[in-house]
Amino acid sequence: MNFQIAMLLGQDGVTNGAIYALLALSILLVFTVTRILLIPQGEFVTYGALTMATIQAGQPTALVWLLLGLSVLDCACDLYAAARSSHGFRFPRRIPLKLGYALLMVALIKTLPLAELPMAFQVLLTLCLVVPLGPQIYRLVFQPIASASVLVLLIVSIAVHVTMVGIALLLFGPEGARTRPFSEAGLELGPVTFNSQTLWVIAVSLALIVGLFLFFERSLYGKALRAAAVNRLGARLMGISPTLAGKATFLLATFIGTLSGILIAPITTLYFDSGFVISLKGFVGAIIGGLVSYPLAALGALGVGLIEAFSMFWASTYKEIIVFTLIIPFLLWRSLASRHVEEEE
Amino acid sequence: MNMQVDALKQPQNQVARMLLEVKDLSVAYGKVEALSNASLCVGEGQIVTVIGPNGAGKTTLLSAIMGVLGSRGQVHFDGSLEAVPEVEVLVGRGLGLVPEKRELFASMSVADNLLLGAFQRHRRGDRSHGQTLQEVYELFPRLWERRDQLAATLSGGERQMLAVGRALMAKPKLLMLDEPSLGLAPLITREIFRIIGALRQQGVSILLVEQNARAALRVADYAYVLETGQIAMQGPARQLADDPRVIEAYLGLASKHQEMLAS
Ligand SMILES: Nc1ncnc2c1ncn2[C@@H]1O[C@H](COP(=O)(O)OP(=O)(O)OP(=O)(O)O)[C@@H](O)[C@H]1O
Ligand SMILES: [Mg+2]
Repeated sequence: MNFQIAMLLGQDGVTNGAIYALLALSILLVFTVTRILLIPQGEFVTYGALTMATIQAGQPTALVWLLLGLSVLDCACDLYAAARSSHGFRFPRRIPLKLGYALLMVALIKTLPLAELPMAFQVLLTLCLVVPLGPQIYRLVFQPIASASVLVLLIVSIAVHVTMVGIALLLFGPEGARTRPFSEAGLELGPVTFNSQTLWVIAVSLALIVGLFLFFERSLYGKALRAAAVNRLGARLMGISPTLAGKATFLLATFIGTLSGILIAPITTLYFDSGFVISLKGFVGAIIGGLVSYPLAALGALGVGLIEAFSMFWASTYKEIIVFTLIIPFLLWRSLASRHVEEEE
Repeated sequence: MNMQVDALKQPQNQVARMLLEVKDLSVAYGKVEALSNASLCVGEGQIVTVIGPNGAGKTTLLSAIMGVLGSRGQVHFDGSLEAVPEVEVLVGRGLGLVPEKRELFASMSVADNLLLGAFQRHRRGDRSHGQTLQEVYELFPRLWERRDQLAATLSGGERQMLAVGRALMAKPKLLMLDEPSLGLAPLITREIFRIIGALRQQGVSILLVEQNARAALRVADYAYVLETGQIAMQGPARQLADDPRVIEAYLGLASKHQEMLAS
């Protein structure tokens, strides 16, 4: 291996690692606030990428019907809750808003000249279509069982994952898709050329991580989410409802997942079922962070990306095996370390 | 004498306006009923105390009123009936609870804990919590000194102060305190009770659960005695403090203890 190849592999590794880091952070966030291991996180990545590809192909994406369907179910749940409310029936004012939003999206998809839209607008449209799915899934699937055990939540989470993969096959078909890169020019630094999309991925990931940091450290709503993760009852007593916190974290996670999908779509061909392995690598990062530490999780995920890239060079057939075997020593170390903590208490 | 006893049997907590009215509240853990048909009232501007032995159901009572625990019965707060009390709704309407276990945000700083106390106000567009924060720091100068420290590293007494301060940040109309003097040195206990008195001056009504019956009865206007999940006695606090049964069960030992300390 010479310097140039190493740089290329490093570039690949950092690009993937940045995406894994984003996914690790959102998996961690969702887990600490809601105790749900978000297995379907990878599906948001594929939904984002494939929706973007459909839009660029100028086809009205069928995803918009999923959005409309879930919105109708969501509103039905709201109506049912309002009808059973002890304070007497009050029509929930959110219903026209939610339905209006979904119908607006249908109208936009049906009328806009999708393929000719500027790239930024296509990205925005994709986000507007995919991101609302997260909070809706929380509302419909997880909110009714919010106080169930971690195991039950995990099983339901797997069920949601399987369902979403099936729906993805239905919506996007079995073919893989790639999108156009955000910009053409690369950056040449001496002997190495940086792929422009690589730079986009790294820049956007960094911006997102800094944004998340500021949100959680500085803003009251970010602190409220952290509080809900630290002490659920304490948070409720401050008026921070677990439902709201759950929806907010799902919103964030879906946003991060979708954006990740849009970011990597120009460099990797994604299929309807590619999400699982991607999020699994984010999950390995989260595990390295012990499902508690955000910086460790991000670093771990970055490491996963690098190891993956270099093992591709040395032993490409064993790439996944190497990555997932990596988790074992960390799990061992974690379980030994945590037993010590319990003994001390 | 007889009349006085009758007055104790059928007492009424008479005030201008009721803030909290609880009727026939019952809570069961599985088949065991921890609270049965408890009724109580707290008027505006009042300090009402609930005393009783360990395991009587005092914490259960407060949790049920707040909606943390499922219950049967009625809870009226500030003029409207809560058929199913919901924590977040009640917090928004001005009910606060300092729970027995405090439930602080351990891995967050003292300042952040206090700030989060004002979350519900902030959500409704009230941006005046800086003023309240200053008042809380004036009330508990210790918290100001430790504002950047993590809540988990505070001493027991400081934790208590933080829990009370955090609840005050929401500017509650009625504050429910579950054993605010738990595990505190006598001097700080006295300070806590002084603050409870001061809060009333500021127009906060208080429902106080205490093991320290003597101090609680001294600061309160009205008192209830809870025994094995039922309201066994009630009356104006001063009257209850003179009741022989109360003296024997709740004040006797303590007064002997205090005499011992004094001699
Ligand atoms: N989660 C629970 N499951 C079963 N029983 C419970 C539960 N919580 C409380 N209890 C029981 O209910 C009874 C009342 O408990 P509670 O905590 O309300 O008492 P308390 O009056 O606050 O006591 P203390 O003065 O010791 O704080 C006790 O007998 C207790 O063991
Ligand atoms: Mg108690």
